[in-house]
Amino acid sequence: MLVSRRGRIGLWVATAVVLAFLYVPLVVILVLSFSSSKAFIWPPPGYSTQWWVRAFHESGPRDAFITSVKVALAATGLALVLGSLASLAVNRFRFFGRNTVSLLLVLPIALPGIVTGVALNAGFQQAGIPLGYLTLIVAHSTFCIVVVFNNVIARLRRLAPNVDEASADLGGDLFQTFRYVTFPLARSAILAGGLLAFALSFDEIVVTTFTAGPGIQTLPQWIFNNMFRPNQLPTVNVVAVVVVTMSIIPVYLSQRLSADPLVGIIDDA
Amino acid sequence: MQLGGLLGAPLTWMLVIYLGSLISLLITSLYTTNDFTGNLVKTVSLTNFRVLVSDPTFRIVTIRTVFIAMSVTVIDLVLALPIAFFMAKVASRRTRRALAVAVVLPLWASYLVKAYCWRILLDPVGGVMKQSLGFSPGFGVVATVLVLAYLWLPYMALPIYAGLEKLPDSLLDASGDLGARGGRTFRSVVLPMLTPSIVAGAIFTFSLSLGDYIAVQIVGGTTRTMGNVIYQDFGGGNLPQAAAFACVPVAIMAVLLVAIRRTGALENL
Repeated sequence: MLVSRRGRIGLWVATAVVLAFLYVPLVVILVLSFSSSKAFIWPPPGYSTQWWVRAFHESGPRDAFITSVKVALAATGLALVLGSLASLAVNRFRFFGRNTVSLLLVLPIALPGIVTGVALNAGFQQAGIPLGYLTLIVAHSTFCIVVVFNNVIARLRRLAPNVDEASADLGGDLFQTFRYVTFPLARSAILAGGLLAFALSFDEIVVTTFTAGPGIQTLPQWIFNNMFRPNQLPTVNVVAVVVVTMSIIPVYLSQRLSADPLVGIIDDA
Repeated sequence: MQLGGLLGAPLTWMLVIYLGSLISLLITSLYTTNDFTGNLVKTVSLTNFRVLVSDPTFRIVTIRTVFIAMSVTVIDLVLALPIAFFMAKVASRRTRRALAVAVVLPLWASYLVKAYCWRILLDPVGGVMKQSLGFSPGFGVVATVLVLAYLWLPYMALPIYAGLEKLPDSLLDASGDLGARGGRTFRSVVLPMLTPSIVAGAIFTFSLSLGDYIAVQIVGGTTRTMGNVIYQDFGGGNLPQAAAFACVPVAIMAVLLVAIRRTGALENL
C-alpha cells in the first residue's frame, strides 16, 4: 500500500481535472465545427455539416496542407540520414568533443524557436541564399536531426555491445554488421524518430516564418493567417478538428512501435 | 577513418548551417541599418546593445517575459506532479497505458490549433467561457500564462513520469514503514530523487515560454514579450536590432544551464 485511501482519491480527482484541462478546449472546437450558427454561440443553437462541406471545397487549406507534407517529408528524410549517422558515430567511437556533438545537435530545439529562426535567417542572408523551399527544408531538418539522434542512440545504448563483436568474429565487415545486425535492431527506433521528426516539422511555425520565402504557406501559417478573419473562423474550426484528429495516427503508430517484439528482447539483453 | 565517414556529414551540416547561423546572428547584431534606405550598414558597433541597455522598454519586456516563463513552469510543475505520480505509482497497468496516451496525444496535436482553441474559449466579448461560465480573463498576461502552461504541460509531465517510473516502490514502502506520512515521504524521498526530471521538464517549459511569440499574439492582447519585440524589429526591417535582442534569451538560457550544471542535476538526466 503505497498511498493512503484519501491520497488515492485526491490523486484521482487531480488527474481527472488535469485531463479535463487538456481536452475541454479541443472538444469545444469539435462541437463548434458542427454548429449551425456562424457566430460562436454556446451551446450551439443547432447542428449542421455546412462548415465541413464548405471547408472541403476551399483550396487554401488543401494547398497549405500539401506544402506542409512536402516540407515535412523532405526534412524528415534528411534528418533520418544525418541523425542516424551521428548516433552511430557517437555510440561506437570515443573521440575528442564527443559530448559537444550531442550539445550541438540539441541546440536548435534547446534555444527558443525565435532565436533559431532569426539566426538561420541572418545566416541565409549573409550567405546570399534567397528564402524559399530549400531554406525552409534545410531549417526544418536542422531542428529535426536531434529527435532522430535521441531515439536511435537510446536504442543503440541498450543494445548489448557484444552483438557487434559477435558479428565481427563471424567475419562480418562493418557494412555487413550494420546491414544485418545493427539496422534490424534499431529499425523501430529509427522509424519512431522519423515519425517524431515529421510531426515536429508539420507543426512548426516559428522557424518557418523566418526561413520560408514570401510565396510559401504551410498549414500552421494558413491557420494563423486566417484565425484573425471572422469570416474564415468556421473553416478554421474544421481544419483544427482535422489536424487534431490526424495527430492520433502518430500516437497510434508509436504505440505500435514500442509494442514491437524486438524491444522486449533488447531490454532483457 | 570510419568515424569520419559516419560523423562527417551531420557534423558539417550542424557546424556550417547552425553554428554558422548563430555566428552570423552575432555579427548581424553588431551592424546597424540606414535610417533612410533601410539597408544593412556593415560597420561594427555596439549601438544595438547600447539601445538594449538604455531603452527601458527592453528591460520591462525582458522582466515580463521571464516572469511569464517562471509562472508557466511553476503551474506546469503543480499540474504535472499529481498526474505523473498517479500514472506511475497508483494506476493499474491498463489505466497507466491509457493515461500515457491521453497525456501524449495533445503533445502531437498542433500547437497552433491548441492556441486557437483557447482564443475561442477566452475571447472577452463572445468567447465560450464568457457565455457558459459568465466570466473570462480576456486576452492579456493571465491568458498568455494559462495558454503557455496548457501548451507545454506534456513536456513537464512526461519527464516527471519517467523519473517516477525509475523510483523503486520499495523506497516509498520503506519510508512508510519508518513512520513517514505521505507528505513527509514526498518531501524527503520522492522530491530529491525526482529533481533531475523536474529540472529537465523545467528547462523545456521555461525555454519554450521564453521565446514564444505566436501564442502571445493569439491570446496576449496587447502584451509584448521578448519574442514579439524581436519579431516586430525583424518585420520592421531592423534585423540587427532583432539579432541583438535575440541574444538576451540565449544569454538567460546559458546562465540558467551553467547554474543548473553546477548543482549536478544535468549529469543525471
